[in-house]
Amino acid sequence: MATPIEAPTLDFSSRFPEGVVADERKGFEGYIVDADKLIEFATALRDEFGYDYLSSVTGVDYVAEEMLEVVYHAYKTIGGAGLVYKVQVARDKAEVPSLYDVFPGADFQEREAWDLMGIKFTGHPDLRRILLWEGFDGHPLRKDWQEAYYEADVKPFKSRWPEGNFYRSEEKVDYKANVKYPGNFDPEKWVPEGEDALYGSLAKYEDTDTSGLKTDHITVNLGPQHPSTHGVFRIAATLDGETIMNMKPVMGYLHRNHEKIGERNTYLQNMPFTDRLDYLSSMSNNFGYALAVEKLMNIEVPERAEYIRVLMAELTRVQNHLFAIGMFLNDLGAFFTPSLYAIEERELVLDIFEMVSGSRMMCNYFRFGGLARDLPEGALTMIRGLAFERLPRKVDEMDRFLSDNEILRSRTVGQGYLSAEDAIRYSAAGPMLRASGVPYDIRRADPYSIYDRFDFNVAVRQNGDIFDRYIIRLDEIRESLRIIQQAVEQIPEGPIQTGKPQYQVRVPAGESYGRVEGPKGELGFYVVSDGKANPYRYHVRAPSFINLTAFGPMCQGLKIADVVAVLGSIDIVLGETDR
Amino acid sequence: MYGKGILKGLGVTLKRFVNTYVDDLKWLGKRYYTAEGLAHRSSKDASGIFTVQYPEEKLPVPEEFRFIPFLVYDETEEGNEIRCTSCGICAKVCPPQCIWIVRTSDPKTGRPVPAPADFTIDADICMNCGLCSEYCPFDAIKMDHDYEIASYGRTVYGLEDLMKPASYYAEIRPINNSIEEAARKAKEEAKAAKAAARAAKAAQ
Ligand code: SF4
Ligand code: SF4
Repeated sequence: MATPIEAPTLDFSSRFPEGVVADERKGFEGYIVDADKLIEFATALRDEFGYDYLSSVTGVDYVAEEMLEVVYHAYKTIGGAGLVYKVQVARDKAEVPSLYDVFPGADFQEREAWDLMGIKFTGHPDLRRILLWEGFDGHPLRKDWQEAYYEADVKPFKSRWPEGNFYRSEEKVDYKANVKYPGNFDPEKWVPEGEDALYGSLAKYEDTDTSGLKTDHITVNLGPQHPSTHGVFRIAATLDGETIMNMKPVMGYLHRNHEKIGERNTYLQNMPFTDRLDYLSSMSNNFGYALAVEKLMNIEVPERAEYIRVLMAELTRVQNHLFAIGMFLNDLGAFFTPSLYAIEERELVLDIFEMVSGSRMMCNYFRFGGLARDLPEGALTMIRGLAFERLPRKVDEMDRFLSDNEILRSRTVGQGYLSAEDAIRYSAAGPMLRASGVPYDIRRADPYSIYDRFDFNVAVRQNGDIFDRYIIRLDEIRESLRIIQQAVEQIPEGPIQTGKPQYQVRVPAGESYGRVEGPKGELGFYVVSDGKANPYRYHVRAPSFINLTAFGPMCQGLKIADVVAVLGSIDIVLGETDR
Repeated sequence: MYGKGILKGLGVTLKRFVNTYVDDLKWLGKRYYTAEGLAHRSSKDASGIFTVQYPEEKLPVPEEFRFIPFLVYDETEEGNEIRCTSCGICAKVCPPQCIWIVRTSDPKTGRPVPAPADFTIDADICMNCGLCSEYCPFDAIKMDHDYEIASYGRTVYGLEDLMKPASYYAEIRPINNSIEEAARKAKEEAKAAKAAARAAKAAQ
């Protein structure tokens, strides 16, 4: 394992004599900032200390202390370890200044924290619910909120053994009792205020038309059932003719409160649930979660297991990018020929996953301190065959097939532009950030596992348009193949698990944030443990979700037909966006 | 020249189109509906048509493939002996909590007997994660290979439906089975050796 870079010890006492103190709870790190100093502090971090990237914003409900805590993770785009800072407010008066003006990337994440935890961000220009619907009662991630099929606070449930007489939850909860409405709420008479608020927030655009022609703006909804959204996703846009004036994504149709489920689960039970976030790259999800919990448990991973982890994570990237390119071409109108070419190769990678983990997509392969099982016989030969022979040839073929195509180029070159500054401001991650010319890749910037041993380049492209977001994925596949080639050559024999496999792990109290460079960008898991068998707080920094923050601004001024192309180039998976 | 890129791309498609026939000719009738043909179509050397003609053709599943657990019983001279001791570990580890077990207790003493009185798995809830079989200390619950269980109704398995013989397990997971059998044998031998040593000591 790479020695983790020490968290920087910065001295804020001279710059902030008041209002910023170090977090001294055992197992915790970072700084606690007064709510009224927050904006000043965040601005200073960005402008004076170089922490220009706000990666994650989330909340924790410390119900026993009557306190809500907002947790911020900041990074430098030149690399290095991160910095955590927190704001603590009373539970019944949860108001925190919004960081929207300093980091617009906080936009969706603050809305999420409002939606799920009930933290009000004052000064946020559009603080509406984002994952749940406007008529929803309460804020589900608060510890005292209970779902309709509530059975107990934590698993395992007592009703399963030794007197486990089978029943279904819905048999115990009457029809209609499985939805709770706020007081005075009549679903029959409800007018969706949220829709008005949504359209209202779109209408803020000011007309600068000087031609003297009287024109109207119209609002158009794309989705939620739209073939190009690869799931259930809606875009509400105001148009002037065909040109997008303003646009907002609407999501949450696939929301299941993954985080609440996660807090009911034991640590191990969460592992297969992470598969279902970005279901195209379950190995990476496993990886991030395992890292976060291993950090808390302070355990090492054996050499061989590290190599297998890297192999699996890179194969995941290869197949994810192939699929992303294929589906992106579908969105552009190249109906299914490129995507089926891509899927052929992906199938071969999935064959390996199936052989190794038992499942093609829901791999559930990582364990704390190692892996579920060793590679079966023949797996390495298969990986070798793909990494050395087939895939390099096929990536070149893909390149030849598509990259010079004039139609593709004219639809993508120069369109959907995102500048490097904006990419950072909007907390874009992964290929999206790198296609805008920011060479930030966690495998290099803050290496985890054994990535510091491999020779590879961080793929960067400079133009920040749709075409670069396409071509960078081809670059990344090539670099991943290089890593795989080195890893299969170097992989040692040995154990694949530290200690005995356990179904009930002991996790000391504290917090940790494990992040990996997933195929879609920075995938982070923030875990708070109180020493019990279940995580006290479990949060996922989902790249598919946060990358959408820049989607609206990127589309301004484009024709409506190009929205689909821009969305395809971001590469989202709704399982992760909506969680 | 405008259009050169498109032509280049079309060249790739054309090559693939021709390759399909070339590959078909090379295999001459053996490419489809034969095990070798199927293996070729899902290998790194595959070219041409990838498609598998399901359900006439089925891809063989690898040993580790997992789908809905079943309970293993041993066929002995005295009859079928279920391996499960109703220890409850699988019910505790199951992430969506879809296993229900009723423990048997001795009607006279009330003490627990190591066999389940009832065992239910709600297959509609099961997420096929395989954790139950991974952490069962008695190799009593294993993941199946049979994935064709789609139905119009709900699928809930009781004890009877879940039971499958150890020979079936050995057939679908030969490598795992032989490792486990060897471990069990070693354990039994160690136990027997210990007992023999104790007996020898007592005889002295
Ligand atoms: S199947 Fe295994 S883990 Fe489950 S109760 Fe039986 S013996 Fe215990
Ligand atoms: S496979 Fe997973 S979900 Fe299904 S019964 Fe076993 S532990 Fe539960």
